[in-house]
Amino acid sequence: MGNIAEVVSKAVESYQKDPTRLLDVIRDVQDALGQVSDEAIVQIGHLMNLSKVDVEGVVTFYHFFSKSPVGKYTVYLNNSAVAVMMGRGAIAKAFEKEVGCSFGSLSEDGKIGLYDTSCIGMNDQEPAAIINGVVFTNLTEKRVKELVTGMKAGRNVSDMVKDLGDGNNQSELVKSMVKNNIRQRGSVLFAPYESGSALRKAVAGTPEDVINEIKNAELRGRGGAGFPTGMKWDFCRRAQGERHYVVCNADEGEPGTFKDRVILTEIPEMLFEGMAVAGYAVGAAEGILYLRAEYMYLKKFLEKVLDDLRKKNILGKNAGGKTGFDFDVKIQMGAGAYICGEESALIQSAEGKRGEPRNRPPFPVQRGYGGYPTTVNNVETLCAVSRIMVEGGKWFASMGTVQSRGMKLLSVSGDCDKPGIYEVEWGITLEQLLKTVGGSGAQAVVIGGPSGTIVGKEAFGKKVCYQELGTGGSVIVISKKRNLLEIVHNFMEFFIEESCGWCVPCRAGNVIITNKLEKIMAGNGTKTDLAELESWCKIVKGMSRCGLGQTSPNPIATTIANFRSLYEEKLKKVEYETGFDLLKSVQESCKVANRKPKIEGH
Amino acid sequence: MSKPIVATASLAGCFGCHMSLLDIDDRILQLIDLVEFHKSPVDDIKKFTKMCDVGIIEGGCCNSENVENLRDFRKNCKILVALGECAIMGGLPAMRNDIPVKECLEEAYLGSPTIDPKDPKIIPNDDDIPMILDRVYPLHEIVKIDYFLPGCPPRADLIWEALLTLATGKELNIPYEVFKFD
Repeated sequence: MGNIAEVVSKAVESYQKDPTRLLDVIRDVQDALGQVSDEAIVQIGHLMNLSKVDVEGVVTFYHFFSKSPVGKYTVYLNNSAVAVMMGRGAIAKAFEKEVGCSFGSLSEDGKIGLYDTSCIGMNDQEPAAIINGVVFTNLTEKRVKELVTGMKAGRNVSDMVKDLGDGNNQSELVKSMVKNNIRQRGSVLFAPYESGSALRKAVAGTPEDVINEIKNAELRGRGGAGFPTGMKWDFCRRAQGERHYVVCNADEGEPGTFKDRVILTEIPEMLFEGMAVAGYAVGAAEGILYLRAEYMYLKKFLEKVLDDLRKKNILGKNAGGKTGFDFDVKIQMGAGAYICGEESALIQSAEGKRGEPRNRPPFPVQRGYGGYPTTVNNVETLCAVSRIMVEGGKWFASMGTVQSRGMKLLSVSGDCDKPGIYEVEWGITLEQLLKTVGGSGAQAVVIGGPSGTIVGKEAFGKKVCYQELGTGGSVIVISKKRNLLEIVHNFMEFFIEESCGWCVPCRAGNVIITNKLEKIMAGNGTKTDLAELESWCKIVKGMSRCGLGQTSPNPIATTIANFRSLYEEKLKKVEYETGFDLLKSVQESCKVANRKPKIEGH
Repeated sequence: MSKPIVATASLAGCFGCHMSLLDIDDRILQLIDLVEFHKSPVDDIKKFTKMCDVGIIEGGCCNSENVENLRDFRKNCKILVALGECAIMGGLPAMRNDIPVKECLEEAYLGSPTIDPKDPKIIPNDDDIPMILDRVYPLHEIVKIDYFLPGCPPRADLIWEALLTLATGKELNIPYEVFKFD
């Protein structure tokens, strides 16, 4: 097993045994060996001076690390609701037929592994899969056949990409078939932008001036929660600490969100400059872009952008020409975990640990990355910062609604003619939006992703803004031909999969809720079951430790509120109904014991 | 008025809840005055011969006999009470719920270190032996349960107060601390 020792020591050395780079070490081992075995775990721990449990905890936490082999070729097929709507089922079957094993397992020769994965940020071009880090979109059964033939013949995965997407997807460093699908450009993000102009303006004033300008813009966080950015920076700047950090949250994992993907592909300069502005404002010398593993295909390209910015002195020593202001950005890759979009979990993960949320207080602005005051901002927020620096807070605040200023990027997918990216002014009604995207006549719209709200026709007159229908950007259109409860069920399975497991209400509660939902969907529910389902939603929302569990019951809670009849028409009109089937439940044990199930008299 | 009739059973439990019932100490004398025990391990009556007012069940359902017993209780008791963690949530026995039944049985009867290598390797399959369910079920998933008394085991005071309430019809008066566990 000399090979394991060699691979591990090479991986560990290339990150100088830095424990904050544990995820990178593990990824290198995973890529080289196709698994991170117990032996590899012990050796990583030994060389990095970490306990075996620390390393194993990280390996088993993240979706893209595996203790058992996942094959020379590893297919991760998205199983999000929209993927299913766009025909994921047939694609999965085609993969299984061609490869000869079922999802969640490895082919007999150990060459190809088939696995499900949560939303990969390609909802506008589903069904899609990631094979060895390369994204394949708009899959058809024919295409699957070609891919599997190629893998069986030992072809290089990136050579199997045929047509490239638009814009920077064609860059030598990206070469991806992903399409941007920018359908509507607005004045904040997708208007012409002169690189360097924002930082120049920012450093001309004091950091306080910058914070005030952001406060004047009334900019709120674009990740979904909508916390006022200026206030966050102010807290961070004032917090005592030897160093301060700026972290950009590029872990968009909310099913249906893919706006950050397009920003990172097309306007990364604006984003990194926004990070520099944030660094100047809060007094940080270092910025970290936490990039979700699904967007690994953009990493080389982004590294190059960072290099160019260093050459232009927008990053680096005396950044923006300001003497004494040094600021640089490094990229830290995630490894497949929705929860890492939660800021304290993200920080844990960026430090090379399991992505479990921290207790708050202290908040990240007080004690964040490495224990130092840290501002964590969304990709889109930091881009908006750059624009605000150039155009001014007043200009920005003149758009949108009272509590939702400026413009918002929406990622629209599902049953509409023109899925893609729309830059709209806050305050657009759902009706207008549906008309623009070609989704009129929808049965429902999921706004803000599974953790957001599912609304029906009655709410189509409402505005997209924090006071009415808030969103981090995900908009999923659902036509009348869909079974809404099946979509809700898909969302719940997503939360069960992605719960970090730390607290019981979320870990167990989501399973209990989903079992209840299944009972009702199977026609075995009663009025009591529906009432219990509602109260379980309240318990999980009220008692969970972080935003995941505090919002995970939303698909059910909001559909019970807005589509109650969908549930009620499935209920049995009896006082109690068991979903239990004795004969079915003893099948397995009887088979193993080689006996015939006998249930007479029971 | 005749005394309320109480029946009890322990299904997939450890009898710890019944032990906790005995922890009511000398109040058991009052209890005997207050109620009549019918089918129960306390008096070893095996079969229902009359309708009972209250059935108290400890433990969840892990096999077909548990299910039969539970359904029998539902038929013969006006009010059914789930007593303790296992009855309410499956409890410790439900730890096997994440392990396939096949693996559990093979571990217990074929691969266990206490197996005598000379014995024939067989998973017991006599028709008289209850059939194992695919997972351990809490009671309310199989029959309607009227009341739940939490705890592992529920405290004697909780059981006492609950029984008193059911027997006398007075209002339940239990401080929160008696059923708060963390």
